[in-house]
Amino acid sequence: MAALTDSSGLARAPARGAVPRRSSRRRFNSAYLFVAPSVVIIAVFIAEPIVQSAWMSLHNWTIGAADNPFVGLANFTALWHDSRFWNALRVTVTYTGVVTVGQVGLGLAIASRLRRTTWYSSLLRTAYFFPFVASLVVVGIIWKFLLDPQVGLIDAWLSALGVSSPPQWLESTALALPTVIAVGIWKNVGFTMIVLLAGMQQVPADLYEAAMLDGAGPWRRFTAVTLPSLRPALLFTTLIATITGLQLFDLVFAMTSGGPTFSTESIVMYLYEKGFVEFQMGYASAIAWVLFVIILAVSAVQLRVARSRDGG
Amino acid sequence: MAASEMIAHRDLGSERLGRVPTRLPGRPRRVASLMGAPRWAARTGGALSWLVVVVGAAAILLPFAWMLGVAFRTNADLYTDPARLWPDQWTLHGVRAVLDQLPFTRLIINTFVFAGGTTVLMLLFDSMTAFALARLRFRGRNVLFLLILATLMVPFQVTLVPVFLTIYHLGWLNSYQGLIVPRATSALGIFLLRQFFRQLPGELDEAARIDGAGNFAIYWRIILPNAKPVLATLFIIQFAALWNDFLWPLVISSQTQMQTLPAALTLFSSQSGVDHAALMAGAAISLTPLAIAFLLLQRYFVQGVATTGIK
Repeated sequence: MAALTDSSGLARAPARGAVPRRSSRRRFNSAYLFVAPSVVIIAVFIAEPIVQSAWMSLHNWTIGAADNPFVGLANFTALWHDSRFWNALRVTVTYTGVVTVGQVGLGLAIASRLRRTTWYSSLLRTAYFFPFVASLVVVGIIWKFLLDPQVGLIDAWLSALGVSSPPQWLESTALALPTVIAVGIWKNVGFTMIVLLAGMQQVPADLYEAAMLDGAGPWRRFTAVTLPSLRPALLFTTLIATITGLQLFDLVFAMTSGGPTFSTESIVMYLYEKGFVEFQMGYASAIAWVLFVIILAVSAVQLRVARSRDGG
Repeated sequence: MAASEMIAHRDLGSERLGRVPTRLPGRPRRVASLMGAPRWAARTGGALSWLVVVVGAAAILLPFAWMLGVAFRTNADLYTDPARLWPDQWTLHGVRAVLDQLPFTRLIINTFVFAGGTTVLMLLFDSMTAFALARLRFRGRNVLFLLILATLMVPFQVTLVPVFLTIYHLGWLNSYQGLIVPRATSALGIFLLRQFFRQLPGELDEAARIDGAGNFAIYWRIILPNAKPVLATLFIIQFAALWNDFLWPLVISSQTQMQTLPAALTLFSSQSGVDHAALMAGAAISLTPLAIAFLLLQRYFVQGVATTGIK
């Protein structure tokens, strides 16, 4: 099929002003016209910037400066000694770990409850999936004011229940990150649920019938049939949750702007501060590359673990 | 005997158990799963888990209900009784205020142009490239495909600083072309469409070629019409993602006149003494197009998430 496509495609090409090639009997292949727009955009706005970013991370690069001197790995050694970066890393990793476990665990529990399609489980699925269409910043804004001590519903309800001094959710350095984490899970649990439900639909009913014939109860059927069949979907949701978690930005920006006193400042938040507020773009590029390496490493470990489990 | 078993099935509260006997009327009914768990425990457990799921769904929807309530009540009303979910008296104050305090119509247009324009170009360019990668042969095809896959791994933040500088040097900051052009192709879209195009039968192209169709005619008249459902799904998912996008428009557009809704609303929300009703009205309006699309086209949203998920 491929060969046929090729030869006939070439035969048609000259009709549209083909450019003959010197050293070849082949003539201009119109396939290049098809890939041209994407190739140009990827080259200019993805590929070249990747190289440029690596280059910039080795320079003391400030926008508008007359000179951007080469500094070798100085940006990376500075990062190593930068306690604000380590704090951002801790915040990001904590958020990612808890949100991933929370959203996959809760998503799995809800999906198994709503597995069968009835009118009420469809309604509940819609409710859980609804936050998927809201932007992270709108979600962040709503929750920020929902938790506001003056106008927020949560504190008002808590004091109605007799709680004299409701917690200072986003104003407290101890509680701000857990609050952001809870909102992150709240936002993402429906996404996980949908992907897992789609995975569950593909589990053959025979497997359940066979398990029941063998006398397996609901829990046993869940662990012996549902979970193993869901492995690809679970791996996918875990990977996506991890990768998007490590890129945490929108939610924090809208809810806390990284505060109070950096207690919710994520890596990308710090990158934004350095690159687009302080315009230290070499340093910001170094942060971006460290983030890239962390994402690659974590994804590789997860894939590795998944594969070794498959083998064993 | 049969009657008591049916009661037992009901008591378990498990739909699947209840369904199996009706689907297989010839076979003996199975009560194996009842073993070990007393009937009352299973019943309570089932009811309890439904209760948790229903309360959870209410907790998911409550913030949105509250947002609507605040959008349509006066700020004085809100401060007097913040424990009330709905306004005493409904008012359009918030909607008027947000139109007043932000160039809101302009923001809506910007967001539509950015999300719509980018998605249309993205689908066009992605499908063209995917068509060439899947159905045509040309030198460098495999290398190109590998390069596109490789860019998928690199997080967006790595390219953000250099792309910002490029846009700055082009003089494209605070412009539609600056917002749209760099995002007008997506490696993920190319990848997904290529996988789909490869599954279409080769006879489609061959028959068209015998009839004298060229590559462009095959792409436009054969491949694209066959890919309509996939393109619709991709359109919805990409449009939603761009409508909600934050960091990119925040960096490219600093002038309020050229901002999109998420960025403008966030900056608005961080002003001290912000008008709560105006803010929540703005949030509600920015949510409305996608919420309506979601309720009407839920299947496409689910499909989009699931197909990009299961592959």
